[in-house]
Amino acid sequence: MTEKEKSKIMFVMRKAPHGSIYAYEGLEAILIMGAFEQEISVVFIDDGVFALKKEQDTKALGVKEFSKTFAVLEDYDITNIYIDRESLEQRGLSADDLVIPVKVMEAGEIAKIMEEQHVLLPF
Amino acid sequence: MLHTINKSPFLYYNLESCLRFAKDGDPIIFYEDGVYAVAAGTKVESMMKNALKKHPIYAIEADVKARGITKVLDGVYLCDYTCFVGLVEQHKVYPWF
Repeated sequence: MTEKEKSKIMFVMRKAPHGSIYAYEGLEAILIMGAFEQEISVVFIDDGVFALKKEQDTKALGVKEFSKTFAVLEDYDITNIYIDRESLEQRGLSADDLVIPVKVMEAGEIAKIMEEQHVLLPF
Repeated sequence: MLHTINKSPFLYYNLESCLRFAKDGDPIIFYEDGVYAVAAGTKVESMMKNALKKHPIYAIEADVKARGITKVLDGVYLCDYTCFVGLVEQHKVYPWF
């Protein structure tokens, strides 16, 4: 597949990880799409930022702890990973609290990147 | 880009997030419980009035009528499903659900 044929696909993650299936399904979908050599990006907005919080321990809850799986995105060459600064700050978090390195950006900058996408997938 | 909102602005922050990320000129359409945002006299009225200065705002008339909303903010276009489909055809879509 040539560079020109690649679609720009952005996953928009807005839900917290364990209260609903959205964040987990989003991660699964990212990994599936990652295998198709499209131009994938991921942005974490609102409660989506909680999916990347360090030190999640779901043993007592009995559900899968998938935050560490975000680390494999790099192996799929998915490096365009953004997070909304205001969403982080409102939740008392900073980039140091997250399981992977992400680009902390302002809403306006993220909006520009969203505009450039062929497809936006909400999770 | 067309933004869609289907949740009540009194229970969710989807409206706030949408307005933070929508670019000036982007249309926003409200449907299902989202239409409570276009009613006059609510706590989100000033937010919506600011939004109306920057965005074309649409609401599905069937949803508005079904909820007994009789006073809609000035400037909101009430539209049917044909109009909704027309907007979706013309724009990329991001649903804030």
